[in-house]
Amino acid sequence: MTEVRLEGLEKLIGRATVLHPLTLTIDAGEFFVLVGPSGCGKSTLLHLLAGLDQPTAGRILFDGVDVTDMEPRDRDVALVFQSYALYPHMTVRENVSFPLRVAKGTRRLTTSAVEHEVRRVAEFLGLEGLLDRRPQELSGGQRQRVALGRALIRKPRLFLLDEPLSNLDAQLRASMRAELRRLHEELHITTIYVTHDQTEAMTMGDRLAALNHGSLQQVGRPDEIHDAPANVFVAGFLGYPSMNLLAAEIRTEEIAAGPLHFAVPQGLPEEVRQCGVIVGIRPEHVRVERAESHGDGVVPGVVRLVEPAGPTCWVTVDIHDRQDHVAVTGTSVSGFFPKIGDAVSLSVQGPVPHLFDPSTGRRYGSV
Amino acid sequence: MRVETGWREQHRSTGLMWCLSAVVILLCLGPLIWQVVTSIKPDVDIVRLPPFFPSQITGAHYDRVLLRSPLLQSLVNSAIVATSATILSIVFGSFCAFALARLPIGGKSVILGLVLATSMFPPIAVMSPLYLFMRELGLRDTLVALILTHTVYALPLAVWLLTNFMRQLPKELYYAARIDGCTPLRALLSVMLPLARPALAVTALLVFIYSWNEFMFALTLTASDATRTAPVTLALFPGLYEIPWGDLAAASLIVTMPVAALAMIFCRHIVGGLTAGSVKG
Repeated sequence: MTEVRLEGLEKLIGRATVLHPLTLTIDAGEFFVLVGPSGCGKSTLLHLLAGLDQPTAGRILFDGVDVTDMEPRDRDVALVFQSYALYPHMTVRENVSFPLRVAKGTRRLTTSAVEHEVRRVAEFLGLEGLLDRRPQELSGGQRQRVALGRALIRKPRLFLLDEPLSNLDAQLRASMRAELRRLHEELHITTIYVTHDQTEAMTMGDRLAALNHGSLQQVGRPDEIHDAPANVFVAGFLGYPSMNLLAAEIRTEEIAAGPLHFAVPQGLPEEVRQCGVIVGIRPEHVRVERAESHGDGVVPGVVRLVEPAGPTCWVTVDIHDRQDHVAVTGTSVSGFFPKIGDAVSLSVQGPVPHLFDPSTGRRYGSV
Repeated sequence: MRVETGWREQHRSTGLMWCLSAVVILLCLGPLIWQVVTSIKPDVDIVRLPPFFPSQITGAHYDRVLLRSPLLQSLVNSAIVATSATILSIVFGSFCAFALARLPIGGKSVILGLVLATSMFPPIAVMSPLYLFMRELGLRDTLVALILTHTVYALPLAVWLLTNFMRQLPKELYYAARIDGCTPLRALLSVMLPLARPALAVTALLVFIYSWNEFMFALTLTASDATRTAPVTLALFPGLYEIPWGDLAAASLIVTMPVAALAMIFCRHIVGGLTAGSVKG
């Protein structure tokens, strides 16, 4: 159980900034998720934490001790790669026992002790029958368990996972997600999990951090990030389907995003009224029903895309009002399954929509 | 458009293939076959051509070459020099290749460029300074001088082959080894080298063949029967007045045999290594 603190961690490669100065604290025993699109710097951050790379500036502290200049072998960190990186010339038994066999000095174990540990880990992860096979003979899920076994056998203080589920099929992914959370519940090792899949991020982490182009966008619990995204990137990246982000202008008593109108919130600064705003509405708060329904705030539209999702479906609707023309994704009412080209009615329900500054992307009302 | 796929056409192309193959095989093996026949022909028949095949077979040439010439000693010398040069090249080459492929050092392309540049020097250009250098060190007419020289000339090849191969091994394997607790050296010995077996086999074979067949340095740096290597001994066979063709044929076959055998053994190993499955973690 180790607390990890990053202070001003920065990484440049040549003249390109891969990681902007980053300050973050991960609590002991926490399951922390780093999420972001490809190329945002999350793998670089993992490599810095593991000691495979040196930062250009900044410090890394494990339980208050500066480990920035420490070798990987001294940091007591385990890292599971996206490709698992199992040694192809060794059997599963040899792969899993490798960290114990290279241990130096006081941490060295006798052969029987090593064998005992291998058995313990194999039982824990369901690898008993595979110990004498080679990685090439295993399936993707089995290889991943071997990689986990190799990582866990020396009881590391920090557990790093670099997109471990991206090579698995959907069903296996779902069961492995549960498996990884079970491991965390039982072992209480501080875990940092990197992914580009926002579903994994929202369902697995105690807390998560959204990263984009090497800078931290927001850190918080999944529900916090879902309900109060800090900026346009976080709003659009996390949550499925993505939040509707519509350019809007502020008129005297209302905000107009195309044909949709919203009340102006209290305390909106004067400068904002001049520049316009981006309105964010989650598809869960947009209702799509038959064209015949009317009422206050109901807007007609034409279906452009339908995505079934259990008892309802996600419907992307083209709405128009004189010249304005926007596409909005919403949820159909239960039992209503429109087809592409159908005429439907759309209305916004639920809480006040989020407002974002179009120039900086920041959400008004967020700190 | 009529598509010709009948059996006649198939036979025609197969027959053509066989003819072409026969020509190529004859061209490659022809000199070898000639030598084999010459080595068992009595002296009398050698100078008479046709007929090509001898009237009677004799083992006199092999007898003279193996028991009454310095060939056996020179074979031993060649073996010592070639094996030592191979081992040294592999050891230093793999260390250098590993550093160039995986360690965070600067100026990698410069280092690689310099290493390769030394191989572009024609050996004849360094012959006299090298001779003087070895004489100053007291290494003239020793096998050590040859081993050193062969190693130096084989290293660029070894470094080039091994660096390229190691660069192709997945980076994650090295990272995983470091995280599991290996020092860079341990990672090299436990993870990288076992996986580099095909490349090491190829490099070893090429260096061995080069060293075994090397003539110019061997001629310059050795002076007595005790230290001469096989190619030099072969070259000294011809006497003042005559060329013992039969003896030469027998000797050259004996000298070629070890390398041919090695090539055949390693060939299987190299192919096996390459087809044993991709290095996918």
